[in-house]
Amino acid sequence: MWVWLVGYGILIAKISLVLTVVLLLAAYLVLVERKLLGRFQVRPGPNRVGIFGILQPIADSIKLILKEDVMHDGAERVIFHLAPVIVAVTALMMFAVVPFGPEITLFGRKVPMVISDINVGVLYVFALSSLSVYGVALGGWASNSKFALLGGIRGAAQMISYELALGLSIIPVVMLAGSFSLVDIVSAQDELPFILVQPLAFVIFLLSAMAESKRIPFDLPEAETELGAGYHTEYSGMRFGLFFLGEYVHMQVMGALMAVFFLGGWHGPILPGPIWLLIKIIIVSVVMIWVRATLPRLRYDQLMELGWKVLIPAALINILITGAFIVGFSS
Amino acid sequence: MNVLIDIVVSLAQGFYTTAKHLFRKPFTEEYPEYKRPLPERSRARIVLTRDPDGRERCVACYLCSGVCPVNCISMQAAEDDHGRRYAAWFRINFGRCIYCGLCEEACPTSAIQLTPEFEHITRDILKIVYEKEDLLVDHGGKDPDYDFYQHAGVVTKLYGKGEHAAEQPPVNTRTNMP
Repeated sequence: MWVWLVGYGILIAKISLVLTVVLLLAAYLVLVERKLLGRFQVRPGPNRVGIFGILQPIADSIKLILKEDVMHDGAERVIFHLAPVIVAVTALMMFAVVPFGPEITLFGRKVPMVISDINVGVLYVFALSSLSVYGVALGGWASNSKFALLGGIRGAAQMISYELALGLSIIPVVMLAGSFSLVDIVSAQDELPFILVQPLAFVIFLLSAMAESKRIPFDLPEAETELGAGYHTEYSGMRFGLFFLGEYVHMQVMGALMAVFFLGGWHGPILPGPIWLLIKIIIVSVVMIWVRATLPRLRYDQLMELGWKVLIPAALINILITGAFIVGFSS
Repeated sequence: MNVLIDIVVSLAQGFYTTAKHLFRKPFTEEYPEYKRPLPERSRARIVLTRDPDGRERCVACYLCSGVCPVNCISMQAAEDDHGRRYAAWFRINFGRCIYCGLCEEACPTSAIQLTPEFEHITRDILKIVYEKEDLLVDHGGKDPDYDFYQHAGVVTKLYGKGEHAAEQPPVNTRTNMP
């Protein structure tokens, strides 16, 4: 009984720590993105609130909370309320299986630095990732507006298409690590991060991850020139904020997964594990921002063509080659 | 294969271009800290100027209010005991003003002028209406030496017949006869 209670206490402490870090990081990722985009465009970016605009995220959130929350009569009330929650929560829940560091010993007990080490962690991640399609599609549908609906449908189609490439690009990694558990995948990269062995899979994963989190150049569900704001046209105030939060948490999740699958997870010299993971997440996010500053938005058919005709075949070929190598080396 | 190389090279060029900009100093002018000196003839806040002797230039001829496309200028003419016209009251509603500068063009005495000073926005709507006291300044604006009454040929107590600048003395029509 006593042991159980302590276990739950540690679990809750871990969850709250992770949630705090993730949410804070999401808020400051927005600031980093705005600052960096500014610098990419040779302007200072936000610098009015606090020194260097440090307090900008706080000002942003106060603004979002105080804004009027509009819902029009035609909207499907329950689903309209739920859709942004689905997007934000599915993104947050993915952090449950990401390992943050090696096991540590606390008061004579072994505490794994992961909220939950499930042996099908990869499947869990992809299941949640495909659930977030519901948030987008239902948000667009419940708004009862042409533009939102079109944005939602586009978003659903895009996310489902890129989900395939995302899943397929991970299979070589799973084959190499011999496990679906994210903890095992990280420990398999003890000497060598998988990016050196699987560069093609890494590129496919990066592209599909950007499409999954609807980042520029794959931000077609939001295409403001054609669709107003896409699936969140009718959303305002904190509800819109939740969609926004979901996007930035998703960015971090994808950064964390990229670190876990390809960049060696928390492995790194000198610094402790969680710091290395954080550094890797931030590097991936900065690369995503760099891409945003560089590339224009794709046309919709180009997006679908890239997904189905380039990434998925490339991923399949990659699986074949990897399989051949593994069989060749083991025999 | 060539196509693939092309794609990679052009992508790399694009990414290099943006990365280069990351290390450049922004050339943004940050407004409240740095106020760029505007050209002398830029059109913002309207003032009523004075002639070199410090008198009001405005003769309340109504030309500015007549030419104003949004009818934001209104006034009332009066005459002082020197025989000079002046505006008893003069009002510009800056809420309406479009800063077109037509009033300045129309003014024969160079009294009404637009200045580069553009920061006169207020939260109080009634403060946007400027009365004569708010508009009058104690200098000559863009042409400080111009004095309308010196050139106009209008007889006042200050300048009699033939006493204006570059004016010939009046001709005695009788001695002029053939």
